[in-house]
Amino acid sequence: MANPQTQHHIEKKEVHKEKGNDYKGTFMSVMLLGGFLILSWVGVWILYLIR
Amino acid sequence: MNMHKYEKVWLLFGTGTLLIFLIIVGISAFYMGNQPPSCAVTLNPDKVDETEPFNEPGLKQIGDDEYQLTIVASAFNYDVGSDDKVIEIPKGATVHFNVTTKDVIHGFELAGTNVNMMLEPGYISTYTNTFKNAGTYTLLCNEYCGAGHHLMAATIEVVES
Amino acid sequence: MIKKSIRSINTQDAKLAMAHMYVAFIALFIGASAGLIQTLERSGKLKLPAGIGYYQILTVHGVILGLVLTTFFILGFMLASQSKTAGKYTSGERKFAWIGFWMMTIGVVITATFILLNEASVLYTFYAPMMAHPGFYIGLTLVIVGSWFEGFVIFKRHARWRKENPGERTPLLSYMSVITMLMWQIATLGVAATVLIQFIPWSLGLTDSIDVLVSRTLFWYFGHPLVYFWLLPAYMAWYAIIPKIIGGKIFSDSLARLSFILLLLFSIPVGFHHQLTEPGIDPFWKYIQVVLTFLVVIPSLMTAFSLFATFEARGRELGGKGLFGWIKKMPWKDARFLAPFIGMLWFIPGGAGGIINASNQMNQVIHNTIWVTGHFHLTAATSVMLTFFGLAYWLIPSLTGRTLTARMNKWGIIQTIVWSLGMAIMSGAMHWQGLLGGPRRSAYSEYLGNADTAAFGPYQLAQAVGGSILFIGMIIMLVIFVNLAFFAPKGEQEFPVAVEGETSGTTPAVLENWKLWIGVTCALILFAYTIPFIDIIQNAPPGSPGFKLW
Repeated sequence: MANPQTQHHIEKKEVHKEKGNDYKGTFMSVMLLGGFLILSWVGVWILYLIR
Repeated sequence: MNMHKYEKVWLLFGTGTLLIFLIIVGISAFYMGNQPPSCAVTLNPDKVDETEPFNEPGLKQIGDDEYQLTIVASAFNYDVGSDDKVIEIPKGATVHFNVTTKDVIHGFELAGTNVNMMLEPGYISTYTNTFKNAGTYTLLCNEYCGAGHHLMAATIEVVES
Repeated sequence: MIKKSIRSINTQDAKLAMAHMYVAFIALFIGASAGLIQTLERSGKLKLPAGIGYYQILTVHGVILGLVLTTFFILGFMLASQSKTAGKYTSGERKFAWIGFWMMTIGVVITATFILLNEASVLYTFYAPMMAHPGFYIGLTLVIVGSWFEGFVIFKRHARWRKENPGERTPLLSYMSVITMLMWQIATLGVAATVLIQFIPWSLGLTDSIDVLVSRTLFWYFGHPLVYFWLLPAYMAWYAIIPKIIGGKIFSDSLARLSFILLLLFSIPVGFHHQLTEPGIDPFWKYIQVVLTFLVVIPSLMTAFSLFATFEARGRELGGKGLFGWIKKMPWKDARFLAPFIGMLWFIPGGAGGIINASNQMNQVIHNTIWVTGHFHLTAATSVMLTFFGLAYWLIPSLTGRTLTARMNKWGIIQTIVWSLGMAIMSGAMHWQGLLGGPRRSAYSEYLGNADTAAFGPYQLAQAVGGSILFIGMIIMLVIFVNLAFFAPKGEQEFPVAVEGETSGTTPAVLENWKLWIGVTCALILFAYTIPFIDIIQNAPPGSPGFKLW
């Protein structure tokens, strides 16, 4: 069983580590969204060109 | 007003993408002649039958592999110059569509092609299309025009020459 | 023990807001029933009885859902949220709003009467020179003018708050309501002009002909911001309510306000993207308005970031690890979160389709095909509607002094899933059939028997399947609404109002400089429309008489 002081120290470290991860998930999500916008647009543009 | 670094990157990427779309579309429209149908010529909607070329709807060859197709729309019919409602066009031909309506707004859509425009009383609608692929294409009305809207149709047969 | 019934806002204001909700949900029932009939007719399996026209039902569907359900729900929601965050209305303000409500309701009844008498089967866009009975247009005029009354109350309440709290930042929900109604006010001037100056005199026989292109241009000047009038209240819920429901905070108050300013500026000068395949409009100006349309995408890109950031911040606070671990920490079992969140997700394909539709000549691939119908069933009928349903789960009981029970919450989850399933099938089939050239606004037809139109059949069957599932979803929602309005246990239901997080930063005062933003909005409209509109008038052909072709 970890010593409570070490436990607290470890938790603090994890919070700081998470702060570094701030909004990376958001960034990935919007980039995926952007990718979808591009793919769908290009798909219909190709349809326009070949018709 | 603070903006997170990632949001700045995202908006730059997003705006840049939109800009590229606009450039692609703009070059195609203004430099390669692919403008959306925007004919500015007007006529008297009551005198369509007397106004050239609408006094003689149908297909007319005007050059090598080049045709003029004049069609008059009305509720609920496309007058394509022949009773069987079939127009035959050789594959590879360039066709200049000349269309108008005698009454209300109609659509003019050749399913599966880029030929798709509105017909509005008082205006001539034109579009030039090169038929690259053979096949049987249905011309249909895609703007509500009354009870018979879904019955307005004609056929364009693009045949191997 | 009988719990005390406690409303979340002033009782009189709550009654005003609820009145709007009753009309809205009656409209939902009628409109969605019409939709079911349409998909069954288009499957080829149902023949409508004599005396009921497909296009008559389609007119009901569009007017009741696109104009009545939306406007009434939106106004009810905004009045409630302004009362909650800016404080209750004075009796004078409330009276003015009631006048507006009754004007709108009477207008709806008048218009609906003429539609049901088959005197107005002109669809909700009522394009000239098809001519409805003058009563159709007069009823719509009352709806629009009534909404102006309610808009003025929203402006007045916001101005009063600013006067009573000088120098302070205004409540976010009140600010966003003002922007929405400002956009509506400016936009409705166009449809009011064409209806009052053109359609009503023409349908009364006071004028012989109508300039068709002018009427369409004025309509679509209104018609595009109309869809943003539907969207902005959903954004209000996403920005200013959802963070509270998940236990999080607003990511940035100022960016939220900025996104609404940008939506105000760029929602209106863009109507030509609904007229891209029409004759008589200079393609140069079509392209200019396409560029402006693309600019209106930007505040939605900002919104996507803000919302994901709000979820991520809260999810990490709850212990979510890794790139996407925060997703699991969201309250998936809370219908107040689930419905709006699923609505947000559906906006991704919805928005993607919108960008495609607006892309100048690329519009020819899908113009007036049923792809377009698929598109707005994603954006308006799913993103916005699921968000509104999500609001209703807490809003209705909070206005009636009842509570959202675990049972109703569970049904809300089911409703969200049923609606999504039905819409995925129906809208998916619509998008694909549209790419094949299947037209919109069309009763069942085999056309000339060619293979290309024969291929439409399976998709129309799929739309009937999807539409039937949606109908079930509508019934579920109606049952929930009736329960929360009349039968749920009395108590106190929270009206969740989000607060901002530490990252939010300060809000520049310029965002509240109304004269500036109204000025820029008007300047953009004048820029986008003046020259082409003068052109349209100067080169106009002879006008058209009225036609009744149904």
